[in-house]
Amino acid sequence: MIRLSGLGLALVAVAACTPAAPPETHLDAPFERLQSGYDFLTPETQALQDDTFSNPGYLWVDRGAELFNTSDADAPSCASCHTTGLAGVAASYPAIDSDSGQLLNLEGRINTCRERHQHLPALDYESDALRALSAYIANQSHGLPLSVDISGAAATHYANGRDYFFTRRGQLNLSCHQCHDQNAGKRLRGDTISQGHGNGFPAYRLEWQTLGSLQRRIFDCDTGVRAEPLPLGSQTYIDLELYLSARANGLAMESPAIRR
Amino acid sequence: MASIRLSVPATAKRGDVIELKALIQHPMESGYRRGSRGEAIPRNIITRFECRYDGETVFAADFHPGIAADPFLTFHTRATRSGPVLFRWTDQHGESWQETAMLTVT
Repeated sequence: MIRLSGLGLALVAVAACTPAAPPETHLDAPFERLQSGYDFLTPETQALQDDTFSNPGYLWVDRGAELFNTSDADAPSCASCHTTGLAGVAASYPAIDSDSGQLLNLEGRINTCRERHQHLPALDYESDALRALSAYIANQSHGLPLSVDISGAAATHYANGRDYFFTRRGQLNLSCHQCHDQNAGKRLRGDTISQGHGNGFPAYRLEWQTLGSLQRRIFDCDTGVRAEPLPLGSQTYIDLELYLSARANGLAMESPAIRR
Repeated sequence: MASIRLSVPATAKRGDVIELKALIQHPMESGYRRGSRGEAIPRNIITRFECRYDGETVFAADFHPGIAADPFLTFHTRATRSGPVLFRWTDQHGESWQETAMLTVT
């Protein structure tokens, strides 16, 4: 009896030492501290990201600002509706579109706006224009914490994305979870495995020699474990994007980040 | 259309050494790579960069396939007189992009 109550005390003590309960969305992420991909870069690459002149991602941000402010054919420009800019908006994507009930990522939101309000055709994934616009809009949330909502209609998408994250796939039979949760911080050949957060995207990847979306990054991860990747912009990838963002909720947005 | 970013001080004292920075968006495709179906990706590179300060060439560079995408150059020159600083990139097909910044020397 005495021993039992001692154990009870010990448990209380452990509970008292744990920091305030983390937000619900971090439950799956086993990290004491969320670390951006930035923390896994060399100092030289970090310096390149921090220098807003030489960071090549800003080439797309500049171009995006031009596209945002100019009208195409007879369509109104983005700026004619969004007169005060879109600061903070990208930090809450993917989000449910209240009109259609669909889960949209930032690229999907841009294309929905184009079709619905500007009556322009949707832009192709990874087209220069879509990357430029998404980089420009994401950059307006630079430094703000990721804060996606996974309640209501988003909950099933979150669960679907989480399933994808934990499912082993490909010839290497690896899940996202095995690298980015269980082995983050360890070496994978010449590289350090990051925690797998998307807070820097659209990002300039040195391997790509260009700026690309989070969708492209996920596509590459699937290719990396020799799984058949899904098409860019597929619903499952957008659901996964939601899971990743929720998992990283609170991390500062860095787009356009530099990543290896 | 290529995006260009320039960094040129607006003003400088005569005789000062100033830093000029130029970044251009370009794939700098080396011609040695192959696509996902094995087809050769043709070479597409900038071959020449020139910087003219008030009409005089103060810096020039020949680019080869080893230069990475979105080439970024930093170099220095001495501020001698007020005038336009022109940056021009020319690719292998002869197409060129240029942008000018004004430098005022006091």
